[in-house]
Amino acid sequence: MMTIQKYVRAQSLEEAWQLNQSKRNRVLGGMLWLRLGKGSVNTAIDLCDLGLDTIEETEEQFSIGAMATLRDIELHKGLDIYSNGAIAGAVKDIVGVQFRNMATVGGSIWGRFGFSDVLTVFLALDSYVELYKGGIIPLEQFSKMKKDNDILLRLIVRKAPCKIVYTSMRNQRTDFPVIACAVARIGGEYRASIGARPARAILIRGEQAEGFPSFVAENAPTEGNIRGSAAYRTHLIRVLVERSMTELGGM
Amino acid sequence: MEIKLKLNGRSITASVEADTVLLDFLRQKGCLSVKRGCDTSNCGLCTVLMDGRPILSCSTLAVRANGHEICTLEGLQEEAADFVGFIADQGADQCGFCNPGLVMNTIALLREDPDPTDDKIRAYLAGNLCRCSGYDGQLRGIRNYLDSRKA
Repeated sequence: MMTIQKYVRAQSLEEAWQLNQSKRNRVLGGMLWLRLGKGSVNTAIDLCDLGLDTIEETEEQFSIGAMATLRDIELHKGLDIYSNGAIAGAVKDIVGVQFRNMATVGGSIWGRFGFSDVLTVFLALDSYVELYKGGIIPLEQFSKMKKDNDILLRLIVRKAPCKIVYTSMRNQRTDFPVIACAVARIGGEYRASIGARPARAILIRGEQAEGFPSFVAENAPTEGNIRGSAAYRTHLIRVLVERSMTELGGM
Repeated sequence: MEIKLKLNGRSITASVEADTVLLDFLRQKGCLSVKRGCDTSNCGLCTVLMDGRPILSCSTLAVRANGHEICTLEGLQEEAADFVGFIADQGADQCGFCNPGLVMNTIALLREDPDPTDDKIRAYLAGNLCRCSGYDGQLRGIRNYLDSRKA
């Protein structure tokens, strides 16, 4: 297990950013994944005093603080209405309530974990991240970037007129997904976000409903691991996208 | 580091290392209902309430409890006593090792929703693993408790 020499509750974003420039220091999220790592952290940087644990909703967007928990987004009425339950559905099988009371949106998004239901569902929406130094950039761009020493402040979801469906295939409830799939229709565009390939989620766009499930399956690279083979995952992608399209009313 | 928190209604001050997890801190303070199970944030055995919300003490730094209120089963005996007999009547706890975590999370569930459906009970308690009984006994016990309150 990871060891920590010093713990600091940052009192400003600048202090957190300065501390985070050392490779031996780490920003804490929910500490659920980080803690399982090996090695020694010199200074653990806690953002809990910086007011990043709120979800703000305006007419244009949702602004989700990096320290908001998965349980917070699961229970948020505005997100539930906007996503027609898709966001709550994406996180409801992540371990248990206790886990979701601790796991943070920032930790999930920053980690860009391959198994992440959180990255998968938000990637299908018109989402952006706000970085302390890097400013606001599309989540899709962020999802492809390597980790650096910036600080993730917020996840922003713009309220484009949208329908979204989230599905995943799990061998067992509360396990990691074998494949995760979010399909949204924003304007005239279909957007399929495919996670747990098992690599990190990828976004595939299309204009036509017809043939979109096969198009996504052909263009989402998959690999095999203990939970399923590459061929099985590719098959699941086509099935789940087709089911989602039917639910969206596109087929 | 020095931390101040309220533990089971009592204000305490203590000195902890930066990487001491809450589970170890609580056991040092005599809260032996808090147990280490999987130690990977999956089994729910180490569940305690922080400001009323169930969390996993095996994965929470003790320093993060600074300024907060922590409740363990030792501080919630009366609330637990309302329904644990119904679970015992079903023979649901066999080895009993998972029981404190399950009871803590059930308390959190019933505070949040005093009349949950069976599906909600299953969903809320999905993060509490039991290797003995297959969960149906616990569900029946909680259901019987809820039904008894309506009688």
